[in-house]
Amino acid sequence: MRVRNYFVGAAFALLAGGMAHSAMAQEIKIGEINSYSLLPAFTEPYRKGWQLAVEEINASGGINGKKLVVISKDDGGKPADAQTAANELVSSEGVAMLTGTFLSNIGLAVSDFANQKKVFFLAAEPLTDAVTWSKGNKYTFRLRPSNYMQAAMLVEAAAKLPAKRWATIAPNYEYGQSAVAVFKKLMSEKRPDIQWVDEQWPPQGKIDAGPVVQAVAAANPEAILNVTFGADLVKLVREGNTRGLFKGREVVSFLTGEPEYLDPLKEETPEGWIVTGYPWYSIKTPEHDAFLKAYQAKYNDYPRLGSIVGYQTIKSAAAILAKAGSTDPEKLIAAAEGLSMPSPLGEITFRKIDHQSTLGAYVGKTALKDGKGVMVDATYKKGADYLPSDAEVEKLRPKD
Amino acid sequence: MAFYVVQFLTGLASAASLFLVASGLSIIFGVTRIVNFAHGAFYMIGAYIAFTLTERLSGAFGFWGAIVVAAFAVALIGVLVEMVLLRRIYHAPELFQLLATFGLTLMVEDLVVLIWGPDDLVGRRAPGFKGAIDFFGQNIPSYDLFLIVLSPVVLGILWLLFQRTRWGVLVRAATQDRDMVAALGVNQKWLFTSVFAVGVFLAALGGALQIPRDAVHHAMDLRIIVDVFVVVVIGGLGSIVGAFVAAVLVSELNAFGILIFPKISIILVFLVMAVVLIVRPWGLFGRPEAPARRTPGLTVNPWRPLTSNERLAALAALVVAASLPLFAGNYALTVGSEIAIFVIFAVSLHFLMSVGGLASFGHAAYFGLGAYGVAFLAKMAGLPMIVCLLLGPLLGCMGAAVFGFFAVQLSGVYFAMLTLAFAQIVWSIAFQWVSVTGGDNGILSIWPEKWAASPSHFYWLALGVAALVTIALRVMVFSPFGYALRATRDSLLRSEAIGINAKRMQWTAFVIAGTTAGIGGALFAYLKGSVFPDNLGISLSVDALVMVLLGGVETVSGGVIGAIVYKALNIWLVSQTDLSKLVLGGFIVLIVVVFPKGIVGMLEMLAQRRRKTSPPGSPLLAKPIESAE
Repeated sequence: MRVRNYFVGAAFALLAGGMAHSAMAQEIKIGEINSYSLLPAFTEPYRKGWQLAVEEINASGGINGKKLVVISKDDGGKPADAQTAANELVSSEGVAMLTGTFLSNIGLAVSDFANQKKVFFLAAEPLTDAVTWSKGNKYTFRLRPSNYMQAAMLVEAAAKLPAKRWATIAPNYEYGQSAVAVFKKLMSEKRPDIQWVDEQWPPQGKIDAGPVVQAVAAANPEAILNVTFGADLVKLVREGNTRGLFKGREVVSFLTGEPEYLDPLKEETPEGWIVTGYPWYSIKTPEHDAFLKAYQAKYNDYPRLGSIVGYQTIKSAAAILAKAGSTDPEKLIAAAEGLSMPSPLGEITFRKIDHQSTLGAYVGKTALKDGKGVMVDATYKKGADYLPSDAEVEKLRPKD
Repeated sequence: MAFYVVQFLTGLASAASLFLVASGLSIIFGVTRIVNFAHGAFYMIGAYIAFTLTERLSGAFGFWGAIVVAAFAVALIGVLVEMVLLRRIYHAPELFQLLATFGLTLMVEDLVVLIWGPDDLVGRRAPGFKGAIDFFGQNIPSYDLFLIVLSPVVLGILWLLFQRTRWGVLVRAATQDRDMVAALGVNQKWLFTSVFAVGVFLAALGGALQIPRDAVHHAMDLRIIVDVFVVVVIGGLGSIVGAFVAAVLVSELNAFGILIFPKISIILVFLVMAVVLIVRPWGLFGRPEAPARRTPGLTVNPWRPLTSNERLAALAALVVAASLPLFAGNYALTVGSEIAIFVIFAVSLHFLMSVGGLASFGHAAYFGLGAYGVAFLAKMAGLPMIVCLLLGPLLGCMGAAVFGFFAVQLSGVYFAMLTLAFAQIVWSIAFQWVSVTGGDNGILSIWPEKWAASPSHFYWLALGVAALVTIALRVMVFSPFGYALRATRDSLLRSEAIGINAKRMQWTAFVIAGTTAGIGGALFAYLKGSVFPDNLGISLSVDALVMVLLGGVETVSGGVIGAIVYKALNIWLVSQTDLSKLVLGGFIVLIVVVFPKGIVGMLEMLAQRRRKTSPPGSPLLAKPIESAE
């Protein structure tokens, strides 16, 4: 992979030739870490996304005339291995910054490493609020909307539902636990009349869906919050459909609208779930059109949310590097704080106060179209509108 | 009331899929004594092939035909694996076959992604079983009913196969006494191959039947393999009825357990197993194992301390290792520290396995406890690093003392599985007790103090401790305690007859191994600056096992070489290739075939042969027994 990337870059440098030729001799390296072998369904599109970004950046002259090289490592889903990779990237590859990671615990491990070794780290995907709040540090920035932000977006829609009796189904690990906790908190603030009648915590990746569905149904909720995804979601939906769990009940669901998780469901897609996601087929903005066209031209495939995250991670990194004009971590931090830039989903800003980007997400409803799951009535929710007040954030985040 | 009936039926349906896979594993283990780690991989391939076939073929006949064809196709792959790979290593030390099947599993995980792509695949529903049946207002999926009926049918067929056919008689005989069956002139090769094929067929069938309820993806194997092992052990190894009862027990406890404790699923099977094994050491339907007849051929080379020349060589190697900071960069030094820590971890397990004859499947628990010990002391008590390093491993020591007490009452695979259960219980505590352990987000910022912070200083620290630990354990091997421990390993009855308190010896060894692993874990916490439940997880336990087996379980210090080779290769491959699992798995399989006694074991054997070109007696003694196996 890494070798191939060098080749792509090198071939590109030759093609680009001309004016940039002499300047291209210099390189800026970014170290990228993700769970490629553990979560290929997400990370393969993610990889395609950042490769496209690298190509575009180098085609337009690199970063201040220097060629961008991304060195990518697999962490196998283990925090300890992610740190080994981070160490290799920093100590022996001499990268200017670290980017990537998917799982929350790995994001935190690399973030702590970055803080200790004083390296700039742009977290791509980990959703836990701790990355920017309770365990935030000055070297760490994050691109994706956090757990809190996605919960707030869903609560906005969920609070309008008449349902009063709610049940939750979430994977039994940090992501599931904090998603449920934030959702419950925000929801109960808006709707004090709500009752939480049941909660199910299947182990991540090992849901025994039949008993779980049956147990939820027995509590007779009017609405259900789901946080499972991937293979667990498939099992849950199949059992739920057969056993009629979703009939006459509202369902609010994290991440289900993302093509990674929605597409496998095919004709089993449940209709009318309120979800966060990425309806690439119905976004009609010039920024997104340009991205979509470039992506489809290069890969002959449609983008998943991972593609957006990968693409924008490297684009953001490049923008930060370009503005800093240096690879000094302190200058990178200064450049990144408050920096705004375009993205396929509209302009985003890396907030100074907690280093969270204001990238948003689409909220809409699931529907079945030609035997495939799609998201309809989707509207883009700007990240900036779903973050707590600055005073609250200051309380949440330790002082640097 | 209707709800509880339906919940019960739902539990039965879950039990059905567990039973199919577990029965196959049980049969294979009973006869061939192979701990078939690849059983989950066969289950997964079954699902993948069935997915492809059901997408191509249409109609009810096409669907059910595809399921059966997929199972047969995978059974064929199983036969191939058995003939090409496993046949070569039946005479290798116990558990060595685990290494081969582990390598295969690694390869398969990468291969399915290469062949079928990274996306989760959702197959068709079963024709005729798409809907649900109304039961007093509750819905029961008809496919569940199909599974509920299917598993007793399979149980019945297997029972007939084993009780009413000549093949079954031979299989049962081999389960009880392999050597005797061989002595009576039964062609064991084909017996083993056929048993393996039947077992794999059942695994693949179990996988293929998941198509209508599950998503097919590349992590299916790991999701099921541990649970299936647990079911087999609860039921009693080699007992099909036991596997059936255990599958039902576990599934029903889960189905009703989640009504009261929604978070119970994560640990339930291990709790059940721990309780069952403590009360019934051979599982529900298992029989006590006959005292193992150790093959004399395996221990023809008695251990001896290093000669003075060898000591000098070891010292020279240590000096070379210690001079690494003179020419290597920071990254190499950090990798060096990590390898040194894994040497500590591997030699601790190696001590337990080779000297004590006790293979632990949950050794990471004590490694992780050492790491958590450091984390608690450093973060909560704010103690200085040197104190944390000294006291942290005590948590591993305490864990080993408590769990070891129960575990050493058992032997063989039951011992191994009980250690696994304990490790999983510790893991789930670390995972669930968020307010203390931080849950899966771990405990962060445990970085070494200034004096040890630079990579070279930390490397020297880790290397020094690794060297000390290795020497200390070697001294113990050749101490009276070590001899007594080896006596309990070689013959429990004889050692007790001469007045050795075997259980106490084994318990002591367990505590020593646990504490040593804790030392490794303590250093690991400082190397990584953080502690996660991963540090006590199954995959780390498996890593330790692989390192020991790779080095050679019948050697005194094979774990050292095993750890260096495995860890260095692993880190290097992960960094260099996207297909690290495929390459690493292939490498392990190759090693298994070329070095059936482990790397160090093989080197020792070669050295032995060189020393005396025609050793009198021993090969003559070893040969007929090996070929008889």
